[in-house]
Amino acid sequence: MTDQTTDTGAVRASAPKTKAASGRVLGLGGKDLSLFLLVLGLALFAPFILNPFPEGSALSQFNAGYPDLMQRFVIFGIFAIGFNILFGLTGYLSFGHAAFLGVGSYAGIWMMKLLTTNVIPAIIGSIVVAGLFALIVGFISLRRSGIYFSILTLAFAMMSFALAYSVLTPITGGETGLQLKYFDPRILDAELAPGNPPRANLFGLNMTSSYELELGSWVFTFNAGYYLAAFMMLLAFYLSIRIFRSPFGMMLRAVKSNQNRLNYTGISSKPYTLAAFVISGMYAGLAGGLLVAMDTQVGAERMFWTASGEVVLMTILGGAGTLIGPVLGAGFIKYFENIISKINSTVLHDWFAFLPDGLENVVVAIIYPFVGKGWHLTLGLLFMLVVIFLPGGLVQGGQKLATVFRRDKNAGSVESDAAKKQPGHPGE
Amino acid sequence: MDAIILQILNGLDKGSAYALIALGLTLIFGTLGVVNFAHGALFMLGAFCAVTFSRLLSLGFVPEDAGDTSVGGFSFGALQQETPYVVHWFGEGTGNAIIDWAVPLSILFAIPVMVAIGVTMERGLIKHFYKRPHADQILVTFGLAIVLQEIIKYFYGANPIPTPAPSAFVGSFDFGVLLGFDPGSIVYPYWRLTYFFFAAILIAAVFAFLQFTTFGMVVRAGMADRETVGMLGIDIDRRFTIMFGIAAAVAGLAGVMYGPINSPNYHMGMDFLVLSFVVVVVGGMGSLPGAVLAGFLLGIIEAFASMTEVLNVLPGINQIIIYLVAIIVLLTRPRGLMGRKGVMED
Repeated sequence: MTDQTTDTGAVRASAPKTKAASGRVLGLGGKDLSLFLLVLGLALFAPFILNPFPEGSALSQFNAGYPDLMQRFVIFGIFAIGFNILFGLTGYLSFGHAAFLGVGSYAGIWMMKLLTTNVIPAIIGSIVVAGLFALIVGFISLRRSGIYFSILTLAFAMMSFALAYSVLTPITGGETGLQLKYFDPRILDAELAPGNPPRANLFGLNMTSSYELELGSWVFTFNAGYYLAAFMMLLAFYLSIRIFRSPFGMMLRAVKSNQNRLNYTGISSKPYTLAAFVISGMYAGLAGGLLVAMDTQVGAERMFWTASGEVVLMTILGGAGTLIGPVLGAGFIKYFENIISKINSTVLHDWFAFLPDGLENVVVAIIYPFVGKGWHLTLGLLFMLVVIFLPGGLVQGGQKLATVFRRDKNAGSVESDAAKKQPGHPGE
Repeated sequence: MDAIILQILNGLDKGSAYALIALGLTLIFGTLGVVNFAHGALFMLGAFCAVTFSRLLSLGFVPEDAGDTSVGGFSFGALQQETPYVVHWFGEGTGNAIIDWAVPLSILFAIPVMVAIGVTMERGLIKHFYKRPHADQILVTFGLAIVLQEIIKYFYGANPIPTPAPSAFVGSFDFGVLLGFDPGSIVYPYWRLTYFFFAAILIAAVFAFLQFTTFGMVVRAGMADRETVGMLGIDIDRRFTIMFGIAAAVAGLAGVMYGPINSPNYHMGMDFLVLSFVVVVVGGMGSLPGAVLAGFLLGIIEAFASMTEVLNVLPGINQIIIYLVAIIVLLTRPRGLMGRKGVMED
C-alpha cells in the first residue's frame, strides 16, 4: 500500500507484470487485492480487534467494540470513501456533502415508514434519492470550479438544512426529526402485534440483535447491523478501488492535475466530474440509509455544514486521494470522538495517581482542556498539524515511517512519491 | 411605504456586519491571496474582547472599611459590596459611566489586541501557505477556527454572555415622526443605528486609508502586481502583514460592537463566516466595493424576505434567500457583482 494513486504511470507500466505474476482476483491487482483483504479482515474481526482490553479493567474504556460505535466506523467510512472519489480524484472540494447524507436518511426512513421495515428497500431508496439530488446539485455547482464550487455546494447544503428545519417540516419532522411509529402504513408488512414497536430488520433479522461471546473476562459483541454495514462498506470499498483503477478514474485524475490541458485536447470534463459527483453523492446516500437502518431516526442536524466539514476532515486526515485513507480517517475521528470525549477529570486523576500530588494536579490541569468536552480542541489542533506537516494524511505519515525503517533502495522512491502526492494546483 | 423603510433599516445592521466581515476577508484575499476560513473566528474574538474588557472594568475589591456586615451572628459575606477599581480611582460618577460605556470603550482595547492576533496569525501560520493550493488554505484556517473557538469556549463557557449597550443607547428612535408617518410606525433601536453608522465610518476609513495614504497606495499597487512592487525594492510582504492585522481589526471591531445586538457566544463566528463567504463571492472575489455592496444588499434582501407578507406567499424563504441569491448570481454573473477578470479563476 505504498503508492496508490499518484504514480499511475508506474502502476500502469507494472500492471501486465502483476497480472502475469499473481493473476487477478475479482479484477484486483496484487497490491489492491492485499489492501482489500486487509480491510476485509479488519471489518470481519473488528469486534475482536476493537476490544483488546478485558471488561471491567481500567483500560476498558478504550474498547470500541460496542455495536453503536462500530457501526459508525463503517458508515462514516463509506461516507468518506465516497467523498474521496470526488475530492481525492478530481480535486473539487465540496463543502456540502452532508446534504446528501441527510437526504438519503430521509428517503430511507420514509421507505421504512411507507413500505416495509426491511432495510433493503430503505437503503436502495436512499441511494437513488441521494443520487438524484446530487445530480441536480452537481449539474448546477459544477458549472464553476475552485472556491466558487465549494461555496455553491455549501449554499445548497445550507438551503437543504434550513428547509428541512422550517418549511419541509411535514416531510422531515422539523426539529423533532422522524422516527418509526407503530401507526405507520408499512403497506408491505404484516400487521404488528400490538405493543411491538417497529424495528429495522433484514428479512426478519433484527438489526439491533447481537450475539455476545464471553472469553474469560473479555466480552465480544457481534451485531447484525454492524455486519450489514460492514458488508456495504466492503462493497463500497471494492467499487472505489475499481473506480480508482479504471480509465474513468484516470480521467478524473486528469481533471485534478490540469483541467485546461484536458479541455485543449477536446475533452469536456463536465460529464466526468458530474459522474464523480453523483457517485459520491450516492455513497453519502448509502451512508445515510445505513444510519437510518441502524437507529431508525433522522434529524436535520446531520445536514448542517459542520457535518460536511467533518467528512472533509476525515478524508484529509486519512489521506485524500488514497484508497485506504478515508477509511482510516473516519475510524480515527469517530474513535477519538467517542473515547476521548468520555475521559473526565476523575479518570485523569486515576491515571496520574502514581505521580506526587502537586505534579499530578499540574499534569491533569494541562491535559484536561484537551479531553472530555475539549475534544474538538484536540481535533482542531490535530487537523492543523496534519494539513501543515502531512498534506498526504495518515497514509503519508505511515509511508514516511516505513521509509525510515525500511532503509532499502526503494526508500528514495517512496519519499518522492509522498512528495508528489501533494496535489498540484493549476495556475499556482 | 413605511414597511419598506422599516425593512431597509432592519437589513442595515445585519448588512453592516456582513459588509465588515466580507471587507476583511476581501482585504486578506486581495493582498495575500489567502482564503481565510478563520475570519469568522476573528469576529468572534472581537466580541469576546468586549466581554473581557467589560469584565476587567468591573474587577473590584471589597473596601476594608466596609464594616462588620454580620447581623445577629450570621455573616453575610456575599452581601459585601465590591467596589470596582475604576470607581475607586475615578470617583463614583465617572467610574460608573466608564463601566456603562464598556462596549464602545473596548474598541480601544480591541484594536491593539486584534492587530496583534492578526499579525501573529499571518507570521506564524498563514505565511507558510501562500504557495499551497487554496484547498489547503481553507482547511488549515478551518482547523484554526475550530481551535480558536474551542479556546474561547474553554475560558468563557458555552453560553451566550450578555454585553449590554450603554444605557444612553437603550430604547428606540422613532423614524416615523421624522419622516412624516404615524408615530410608532417605524421604530428602530438606537444601538442598531449606532452600529450602522459605526460600520459606515469604519468602511470609509479603510477605503480612505487605501486611497489617500502612501501606504495604501503601495498596498493597492501590490494587490495589482505584487512582483513588480517587490522588484521596486519595497518590502511588500511586511505591508501585507500589516494589512492582515488591519483586516483582523476590522473583523474584531465588527464583533465588539455586535455584542449588544446578539450576546456573544463561541460559535457566533462560524454562523457569520458561512454567510460572509457567500457575501464575498456574490460581491466578486477580491473586489472591496463589491464586498461592501453585496453585504448591505444581502442584509436588506434577507430583511425583506422575513416580512410576514412575503412569508405568507413563500414560506421559509427568509431561511434560504441569501443562498438562493448567491446561486443565481454565481450562475449568471460568474465573477460576482463587481469581480475583476483573472481573480480566482482556476
